[in-house]
Amino acid sequence: MREMTCITCPNGCTLRVEEKDGEIQVSGNKCKRGETFALAELQHPMRTICSTVRTAFAGTPVIPVRVSGEIPKEMIFDVMKEINTIVVEHPVKRGEVLLPDVLNLGVDIIVTSNVLEGGQENEHKAV
Amino acid sequence: MHSYDVLVIGGGPAGLAAAISAKKENARVLLIEREERLGGILKQCIHDGFGLLHFGEKLSGPEYVERFEDEFHELEIAYEVQTFVTGIQKKDDGFLLTAVNKNGVHKYRTATIILATGCRERTAKQVFIHGTRPAGVFTAGTAQHFVNLLGEMPTKKCVILGSGDIGLIMARRLTLEGAKVLGVYEVKPEPSGLTRNLVQCLDDYGIPLYLSHTVTRVFGEERLSAVEISQVDDKMQPILGTEEIVECDALILSVGLIPENEIAENLGVAIDAHTKGPVCDNRFMTGVEGVFSCGNALHVNDLVDYVSESGELAGKAAAEYRKTWQPGDKKVQLITDDSVQYIVPQKLCLDDSLEKVVFYFRSRETLPVGTLRMEVDGKTVYEKKYSNLKPPEMEHLELDLSKIQLTEGSRVKVSIQKGGAAL
Repeated sequence: MREMTCITCPNGCTLRVEEKDGEIQVSGNKCKRGETFALAELQHPMRTICSTVRTAFAGTPVIPVRVSGEIPKEMIFDVMKEINTIVVEHPVKRGEVLLPDVLNLGVDIIVTSNVLEGGQENEHKAV
Repeated sequence: MHSYDVLVIGGGPAGLAAAISAKKENARVLLIEREERLGGILKQCIHDGFGLLHFGEKLSGPEYVERFEDEFHELEIAYEVQTFVTGIQKKDDGFLLTAVNKNGVHKYRTATIILATGCRERTAKQVFIHGTRPAGVFTAGTAQHFVNLLGEMPTKKCVILGSGDIGLIMARRLTLEGAKVLGVYEVKPEPSGLTRNLVQCLDDYGIPLYLSHTVTRVFGEERLSAVEISQVDDKMQPILGTEEIVECDALILSVGLIPENEIAENLGVAIDAHTKGPVCDNRFMTGVEGVFSCGNALHVNDLVDYVSESGELAGKAAAEYRKTWQPGDKKVQLITDDSVQYIVPQKLCLDDSLEKVVFYFRSRETLPVGTLRMEVDGKTVYEKKYSNLKPPEMEHLELDLSKIQLTEGSRVKVSIQKGGAAL
């Protein structure tokens, strides 16, 4: 038997994974996603990563990005290397793709903030 | 002079949710933020995991808070950034608030105030570390500001003291950016961060966690060169002879958060010794009429979704203050015992607001199975069984208490029983 903590949601269920008659059984999960997580964790662990990329704007030297979906755990540092090659030279919006299909993993590197969009412009002054 | 129904202090997730919900009740709202941009701490919390409860999606901090900012701007809510509140005076019909910014000193009249000032990190001075005073000792939040907003690495090889969530998140973040995190040292015998963060931030990256260990000394002239680590006994006192020197260029502190309540204290708001935030009722009103509190200023939350929820509830209550409800003095104080670390709200208004009461509580101990019990005058009126109650993981509970006969003299007791007691 192996115990693991599900990282899918804040519940953080303690999962017990057992092999019985050649079949993997998961218990301790409050929802279906716990089972999916446990099975993936045994066969091919997947993770998401978030980071920052450089910009050409002095006032905002970096902006936040993330992968648009899960990537294999063992590819985390390879994807980080790709992320660190990006330099943003034009204002970009939240959700914009900076690097499509990174390392042929089927996920994109996307912007997660509108900070370069000049959030101060649409300011409503106190009236 | 400008006059408002609701004045929100703080433009993080709690303040934004409060302002939005007050505006939706047609209140005249002004939000004041001291930083340059709205969004609070979530501007630098670039990791994901936010919003699973509120939006049903796994978002990064900026994505989560910018959704609220978008709605805030769509509603054309008035706000001031880079503006600092310097004083609040209580008047017969509300408050007179003074704030200062680059355009000078401003005064605002308001019927209600919502304190959404968040929390602050404990610093090195509050954990008594001996030794020299070299550069390289940061709180986890400061390290996060350097890496995620300024794009500067504050360390190549570091030690993290304290297993709070921000420390765990930073252990992963610094590792991803090429730094070596030698270990996370926790003085308590149990970790203080969420279990899922121990897994996805430490285990995934092979970063060791040392429980019952602490930093007892720092070394270095201009820059930190090493720290001394000691094991501690069950009273958290360092054990002589267990000292070990660990070479590193930074010590990152993740040793707890304290609600920020300087403004509240100046207003005479009573503070709960357990939460370090205001004592409030189920409308999130503090002991001072017309002053509301929400988010991490009220108590330190572990999920932003609950910060937003408390902001939303406080905003609605403030907008409706004196319009649909009067600040009646009929309230009853909850009584807890040692099994409960804290419960918020601490008081209940004896009126129709009892139909929906949201509670936030933490267990004192780690319990594989525990039962929350509410008793009125010795009689059990509610029980709920929980599996895996842990002090670092806050529980959320919504109850309809309108059917229970409560009077000002009622003894309402909340406790957590070990095991799954049945009603």
